[in-house]
Amino acid sequence: MTLRKIFTLYTIGFLGITILIGIAEKAFGLPNQWIGWLFMGLSLGIYILIGIITRTSNADQYYVAGRNVPAIYNGMATGSDWMSAASFISMAGTLSVQGFQGLAYIMGWTGGYLLLAVLLGPYLRQFGAYTIPDFLGARYEGNAARIVGVLAAITCSFTYLVAQVTGVGLIVSRFIGLDFKVGCFVGLVGVLFCSVLGGMKSVTWTQVAQYIILILSYLVPVVYLCFKLFSVPLPQLMYGKVMQQNSAKALEITADEKEKATRAIWKQESDELAAKMKEPGISEADKEKLAAKKKVADGQAAAPAKEGAKVSNYTQVPTGVKMWNFLALTFCLMVGTAGLPHILTRYYTTPSVREARTSVGWSLFFIFLLYFTAPAYAAFARHAVYTNLVGSKVSELPAWITLWKPAGLFEVVDKLGDGLVQFADFVVKSSDFVVLATPEIAGLPFVITGLVMAGGLAAALSTADGLLLTISNAISHDLYYNIINPKATLTRRLVITKVLLVITALIAAWVATQRLGIIVEMVAWAFSLAGASFFPALVLGIWWKRANRPGAVTGMVVGFGLTLYYLLASRFFGVSWFGTSTVASAVFGLPANFIVTIVISLLTAPPSQEVQELVTSVRYPKTGQAVKARVSFAPES
Amino acid sequence: MAQLTEQQKQEYWKFNLKLTLTLLAIWFVTAYLLSGLFAGTLNQVTIFGFPLGYYMAAQGSLIVFVIEIALYAKIMNKRDLEFGIRE
Repeated sequence: MTLRKIFTLYTIGFLGITILIGIAEKAFGLPNQWIGWLFMGLSLGIYILIGIITRTSNADQYYVAGRNVPAIYNGMATGSDWMSAASFISMAGTLSVQGFQGLAYIMGWTGGYLLLAVLLGPYLRQFGAYTIPDFLGARYEGNAARIVGVLAAITCSFTYLVAQVTGVGLIVSRFIGLDFKVGCFVGLVGVLFCSVLGGMKSVTWTQVAQYIILILSYLVPVVYLCFKLFSVPLPQLMYGKVMQQNSAKALEITADEKEKATRAIWKQESDELAAKMKEPGISEADKEKLAAKKKVADGQAAAPAKEGAKVSNYTQVPTGVKMWNFLALTFCLMVGTAGLPHILTRYYTTPSVREARTSVGWSLFFIFLLYFTAPAYAAFARHAVYTNLVGSKVSELPAWITLWKPAGLFEVVDKLGDGLVQFADFVVKSSDFVVLATPEIAGLPFVITGLVMAGGLAAALSTADGLLLTISNAISHDLYYNIINPKATLTRRLVITKVLLVITALIAAWVATQRLGIIVEMVAWAFSLAGASFFPALVLGIWWKRANRPGAVTGMVVGFGLTLYYLLASRFFGVSWFGTSTVASAVFGLPANFIVTIVISLLTAPPSQEVQELVTSVRYPKTGQAVKARVSFAPES
Repeated sequence: MAQLTEQQKQEYWKFNLKLTLTLLAIWFVTAYLLSGLFAGTLNQVTIFGFPLGYYMAAQGSLIVFVIEIALYAKIMNKRDLEFGIRE
């Protein structure tokens, strides 16, 4: 069977089962919990099955999937490798809450692919290694660059990984009703099965399967909503109208007397909390709790539009420091995209440079399908809250509202005590509610919610897969094999990789159970770190022959160090340079890296003749016969 | 297959540089000027119910990026064939 046939059948099969579950819900009243279990069992089952079928212990297969993944499938795999819990669960919510400012994520996470396509992807493929530190080690002559690369790769991949596991825990705890901590560990089973059994080969094909589930489950609810409202299934085009309606409603809410009274209560609560925080003898821990409460109260006290304004705050373009932060964040996410090792290594798996170029195109196209829809999702979600919740009676609220309470995303409290839900009564604790709860808020059948759950799980697991593999390869291939014990046999290396996979996964799950920060914020940290450390070293390595070892190593250390410093200092100790926010930390580290690398390279001896030739060879693809993509699903020994 | 001559190599690289820089310039203008600094001005225009500045940042820029990368792959792959590079 050809690949296309396999994946077409798979897609149809998955949709068919979804429809069957929907029918069972309507006809026999299949309980929600069962639907949750069905979707989780089904999707995890598929991933584990693929892991078993594609198991391998051949080095080329294990590290780079045999370098024979056709461009379009590598594009899909990159798409799901790339789109994490943050893209799937959090992005539409961020847009819904932040409006224009949130668009930095959309542009940053797509625009970065242009940098990847024209500056890095094809050249890295031409170089042909197993990992990114491999490239750094060869280009910058020696272990110093490799070790810095390994440390940077582990740090940013691990931060990112923790965010994914948090996402898995959140989904499993909400839909299955398991404890958040148990959820974190349960999800790991699905991830470990693939990466341990078949490395990059299994991960690639699982990611293709995960992409299909992910994109279907993202599109279905919003297409359904759009069809319900306008009888046209194109939310990406129709949401302009929804935004206009939302804008009108926001102005109405701003001017409404009852809403004003509710907001005043919140304002009072916020002031009281502020006074409490200033009381003498209050502990730091209590202070933080009060600050968190105050943040929620402030959010509720804010009007959705400026009084008497013509448009709501939603599409308002920021100015001044806010504009600086918008541009800085967009920039950091772009260079981070082009610097994240788990994405870069995906272009090692294509059969040729030509396929690598095409593959970046496919990757962005598949990512585009989701990101293009996210602003529409945000608008439809807001519309659902305005029309389905605001103005309804508190006593008649559906049961699922209380079911959501333990997940800690949102609540409805009748502040005014008038028995009606005001917009300010809808307490948003985390904007993640937009994707996860909109189907229920809009009154869609639960099977849609189950589908969304499967999609969120696929997004988080597929990214976790890629990250886990990057981390364990960095340790086993780069650190152990290339530096500590170059004589190690393949069997020994693979055993070490597999043990590391399990250990890394367990540590990540443990950290995730500590629940630090929100998902988007943590992911943005990883981007800043990756952008500031890898991007300059890779770009200069390919585009500037004169870049040498002392330059690149110092540059990476300075870039990484400065970014980490600003990240921690601004987040925890109130340091602020030009008012730059924590998530845009790389805006200082990245230029510093470029400058340091260039200056020190020029002050020291040029790289050896050999390396200069290596750079030249990377620039011109080899002449010769085209290599045809061959794919085999059979396990290899 | 014959190796590329020095002149061919230079020609190939020059072409590649020109294409790369053009695409990066378009990328910069789209992302940082149209969807960033000047989005406020563009927002005064409304198309299909979308304020234009918002639309550029939310969807327009994405379309530009996708087209740019597709063009790059197409043009470079064609160029490779012309130079007898098959890989």
